[in-house]
Amino acid sequence: MGLQALFFYIFAFVAVASAFMVIASRNPVYSVLFLILTFFNSAGLFLLTGAEFLAMILLVVYVGAVAVLFLFVVMMLDIDFAELRAGALEYAPVGALIGIILAIELVVVVGGSTLSPEIAANASMPIPPVAERQNTAALGDVLYTNYVYFFQIAGLVLLVAMIGAIVLTLRHKPHIKRQNISQQVARTPETAVEVVKVKPGQGI
Amino acid sequence: MDAFISTYVWPGLIMVAQSLLLLVALLVFIAYILLADRKIWAAVQLRRGPNVVGPWGLFQSFADLLKFVFKEPVIPATANKVIFLLAPLVSVTLALATWAVVPLNNGWVIANINVGILYIFAISSLEVYGIIMGGWASNSKYPFLGALRSAAQMVSYEVSIGFVIVTVLLCVGSLNLTDIVMSQSDGLGTRLGLPASFLDWHWLALFPMFVIFFISALAETNRPPFDLPEAESELVAGFMVEYGSTPYMMFMLGEYAAICLMCALMTILFLGGWLPPVDVWFLNWVPGIIWFILKASFVFFMFAMVKAFVPRYRYDQLMRLGWKVFLPISLAMVVITAFVLKLMGTA
Repeated sequence: MGLQALFFYIFAFVAVASAFMVIASRNPVYSVLFLILTFFNSAGLFLLTGAEFLAMILLVVYVGAVAVLFLFVVMMLDIDFAELRAGALEYAPVGALIGIILAIELVVVVGGSTLSPEIAANASMPIPPVAERQNTAALGDVLYTNYVYFFQIAGLVLLVAMIGAIVLTLRHKPHIKRQNISQQVARTPETAVEVVKVKPGQGI
Repeated sequence: MDAFISTYVWPGLIMVAQSLLLLVALLVFIAYILLADRKIWAAVQLRRGPNVVGPWGLFQSFADLLKFVFKEPVIPATANKVIFLLAPLVSVTLALATWAVVPLNNGWVIANINVGILYIFAISSLEVYGIIMGGWASNSKYPFLGALRSAAQMVSYEVSIGFVIVTVLLCVGSLNLTDIVMSQSDGLGTRLGLPASFLDWHWLALFPMFVIFFISALAETNRPPFDLPEAESELVAGFMVEYGSTPYMMFMLGEYAAICLMCALMTILFLGGWLPPVDVWFLNWVPGIIWFILKASFVFFMFAMVKAFVPRYRYDQLMRLGWKVFLPISLAMVVITAFVLKLMGTA
């Protein structure tokens, strides 16, 4: 137990400290790198609670894909750091308000389940014990068996959003030469080469 | 106190010893795989390759190591020093960290975790950070262009690698790497009434996926013909332009460790890991680790041959191949595989 507590405090401390550094550091690239460190330590905390699947998915999705795009964009932008910091105080009340709301919600959830444990027991999908069912399989049960229609609807919503984004940004410029791979591959000597018999002294 | 020693100290020491053993074996293997890469490339071009240091040039990689270590590390004046030095460290650490879950034989694994394949997928998707950080911190144009290229390239090909892994997992029903290998001891061949052999492995049943995984692995590790992040004819050396001496060597080490990992992963997913090719007594008698190394070396031989005779892709062709060819095919194969498994009643 001692080792687990030690790891919990290491991960939690580094996660909180690097989350603070995300907003405190002057260089936006450092901010994104600290954000990645935060994700990493949150994945460690997931592992400690036995949620190994969530830990790995957090790394694959957030660190492997989303944060790469963040970093990509932040590095490409030519940002004036001083200008960026100037308006920070104006936005502070809004940020503080959102933070307080989130904190209250967290307290309600955690407090509710510790004060009256029967709430957790009343959940529509009881959590199977780890020894009985691995959490990858348990998540699969919930997503693809119990709530498959909701899952499909969520997928459709994302599909519509994706098609919408493509339709809004797709432009066909008529005068640009494009490479048509199937046309290139379909070319044969008959369509591409013309054999001309040139008579001596005349040219074509 | 005795309980503390027996629960934490001894297992911890054993784990450290195992990790060191694997690390040393892996580094020696990488040294020779680097040499093999150069030798195969030379043989294709009818050259001799490195043949001066040691018999047949066998000590060339160690001579290179000494050369890199004794050079002076040069950090550009305008570079971001911390990230500049952090980048090669990130690259090599992540590439070596993935090996913790790779089983080399039945039970020969440091961490036999339930989500082994996801762990490898997660960590190898982070390897792009070493390249992006290196390219950005150099504060110069060519490295930055190389970094941007590699970010887009690696994110694109991870998608199809993910789908290939999903098809294999559908056939196996487990995310544990040892289970993935053991599930290949029976399969297509035994269903047709043949004895257990190499026909059971996933490469035959999932042949299109095998090809896609091989090509995506080339792109994911920035190997030719997809080495656009370091295309020397366009970007000098891409994200590594400003690097020299030990930091450069660490980038190379990370790259080759990632290549070895991809070879090992292909062996585990498609070539039956440590299983012998035919189930007869004298082949079963050969230790599994030998089969594993032979298969991984075979995959690396294919990597090296591709490097030797395929010309480099243009960048838009690379993106087209990833998004318009591999993604639809692998997505369709996930659906087809799931259907076939359901019809056969094995899912």
